[in-house]
Amino acid sequence: MVKQGVVPDDFNKPFFDAANEGRLVVQSCNDRLYFPPRPASEICGEGESVVWKEMSGRGTIYNYCVVYDCPVASLKEDLPFNLAVIMLDEDPGILMYSHLPGTAPDEVPVGAAVRVIFEETANGQKVPEWVLVE
Amino acid sequence: MTTQMAPESMYRSTEGLGVWPHRGKVAAVGIGHSPTARRWDGRAETSVGAQSIMACRQAIADAGVDPGQVDGIVLVPVTTTGAHWDADTPVPMDVVNAFNPTDNPLDGIGQLSAEWLLKNMPELTNVKFTMYAPGCMSAAITVAAQAVGDGLASTCLVLKGWHNLEGRYNHGGISAASEVPGSFALSPGRTLWGAPGCYGTALQFAQYCTKYGKHHDMMAPFMENSRRNGLLFPEGYWAQHRPEQLPPEDYLSSRWIAKPANLFDNDIPIMASAAYLFTTAEKAQDMAQKPVYILGHASSRGTPRSITPTLEEVEAETDSTGRKIYEAAGITPDDLSFENMYDGFAQFHQFHIEGLRYRGMQRGDALDFYQTDISIEGPNPILPSGGNIGSGRSRFWMHTDCIQQIQGRAGARAVTGVKPEIAVSGGPMPLGGNFTVWSATPN
Repeated sequence: MVKQGVVPDDFNKPFFDAANEGRLVVQSCNDRLYFPPRPASEICGEGESVVWKEMSGRGTIYNYCVVYDCPVASLKEDLPFNLAVIMLDEDPGILMYSHLPGTAPDEVPVGAAVRVIFEETANGQKVPEWVLVE
Repeated sequence: MTTQMAPESMYRSTEGLGVWPHRGKVAAVGIGHSPTARRWDGRAETSVGAQSIMACRQAIADAGVDPGQVDGIVLVPVTTTGAHWDADTPVPMDVVNAFNPTDNPLDGIGQLSAEWLLKNMPELTNVKFTMYAPGCMSAAITVAAQAVGDGLASTCLVLKGWHNLEGRYNHGGISAASEVPGSFALSPGRTLWGAPGCYGTALQFAQYCTKYGKHHDMMAPFMENSRRNGLLFPEGYWAQHRPEQLPPEDYLSSRWIAKPANLFDNDIPIMASAAYLFTTAEKAQDMAQKPVYILGHASSRGTPRSITPTLEEVEAETDSTGRKIYEAAGITPDDLSFENMYDGFAQFHQFHIEGLRYRGMQRGDALDFYQTDISIEGPNPILPSGGNIGSGRSRFWMHTDCIQQIQGRAGARAVTGVKPEIAVSGGPMPLGGNFTVWSATPN
C-alpha cells in the first residue's frame, strides 16, 4: 500500500523529520504526552515548555476495523485492508493508526505487541507504521 | 439585524449546575416538516431554502399562531450533509433569483442565513431575535429553549435544513490528491490511512464487542425495529420513497464499510427541513396543540485525547452526559417513558442509552436488551422515532417523535406499552452533543 505523499506543516515538521530518520517522537509538556502534533501554544501555556520526546517504538493493538469502502483514491486498489489503532507503551492514551503491514485482513490479534517501522509515502516522506512483534 | 452564533454560555455542559432554572417554563407546540429527497434535483421549489420556508410555515400554522407573533428564530446556517458546492460549478441563478437573495448566491441552496429566511418570509414582521446554532437540530433546540427561558424571545421558530448534492462526499478533493498536508495525514477522522466516516464509531463498537463479549449480529433486532418505526413516520425518507422493511437477513448480508459496520449501520444522507415553534409555558396554553414542556437540556463537550475517541472515553463522557441530563431535568432514569437518542451511525445508540442507564441498563447490556421486546408496543421502547436509521440522516426525527408522542400525535408510531409522559432526545456524537428532556406536564 502506498499512502498519499505528505507535505509537513511547520508545527508537525519535527515529527515527520524524525520519521525520515527512523525515530518516533511525540510532543510532551510537563511529562504529559500529546499526539497528533499541534501548535505548541495549543498544548500548554505559551508553548515554551513543549518538547519533542523520542518514544521506544513499542506498542499494543487497541482494536481494529477492516476497511472495505475507503474515500482515499490511492488506497482503493488495496481494499479490503486492516486499519488498527495502536497504543504506545509509554502511554496507552497516545494512539496511532496502522494498516498493520504483513497481517492479513481480519486476522488481527487485538492486544498483541507491535513495533514501529517507517514507511515511505508517495512523495518519499516517511510515516510510522506498525508490525507485529515476532 | 446581525445574527451571532450562540455563545457557549447558553449550553449546560458541566455537571453540578443543578436543575435547569427554566424547567417547565418553555414548551414546544408546533411542528413543520418538508418532504424528503435523496438529493437536490436542482429546482427552486425543492431547494433547502424553499423546504425550510415550508417547514417554518407548517410549524407556525400547526401551532395556530399568526406569523406576526413570531419574535425569534434559531437556525443552523450550515445545511450540508457532507456535500459542498463545487467551486467549478456555476451557481444556478434562476434558482437564486427565484427568491429574494442575499449577498451570498449559495444562500438557500448550500447554506441558510437568518437574513435569507427573513427576506423570503415577509409574513415574519415581528422578529427581534435571531441566533445561529452549530451542526444540527439538537443544538438549535438547546439554544432556542434557553433563549425563550431567558426572555430573549417568546414565540420562537427553531429550524434545521439539510441539502444533499450529487456524488459521494469525501471521495473527491483531498482524498483524491497525490499529496496532503501533514496535519491532514495525522488528524482525527479522515487521514492518510483511509478511514471512512463510520470508522471511529466502528472501532469503538469493535472494542465494545471485545470488552463485553458481543458481536455485530446482535444489532439486527435494533436495525429491524428502527426501520419498522421509520416506516411508520410519514415524514421520513424510507416511508416516503422506499417502504422496505429491514429483516435481519437483509441487514446481516449487507456489504461491509468498515467491519464491524456495514452499509445499513450508516444512515442515508437526504434532503429535508424541519421546524418547531417554541414558546413560553404561559403562551402555549392559547395555542392549537398540546404543549410539550422542556424540563431541561444538557450538552457534551468532550474531546478525545488522541487521534480518535476510545470506547473508554465514550463511556466516561456518556455517563457524564446522562448525569447532566437527569440533573438538569430533575428526574431519574425511572421517570423516562421512552428514549430517542442519536443513532446515525447505528452503533452510537448503545453508548447513549447505557449512559442514560435506560431501564436500568449497565455497561455492556444494550445489545442483550435489543434481543428483548423493544417495540413501540412493549414496555421498553427503543428509539420509537426509528431515528436516522429509520428515516434518513436529518438528526431531527427523534425530537419530532418526542413531541408528537407526548402530544398524542404519533399516529401508527404511537407508543402503546408505556404512557408517553417524559422522554429524552439528542445527539449526535457521544463526545459532542446536545440533549433535551420533554414532558407532558411542566412539573
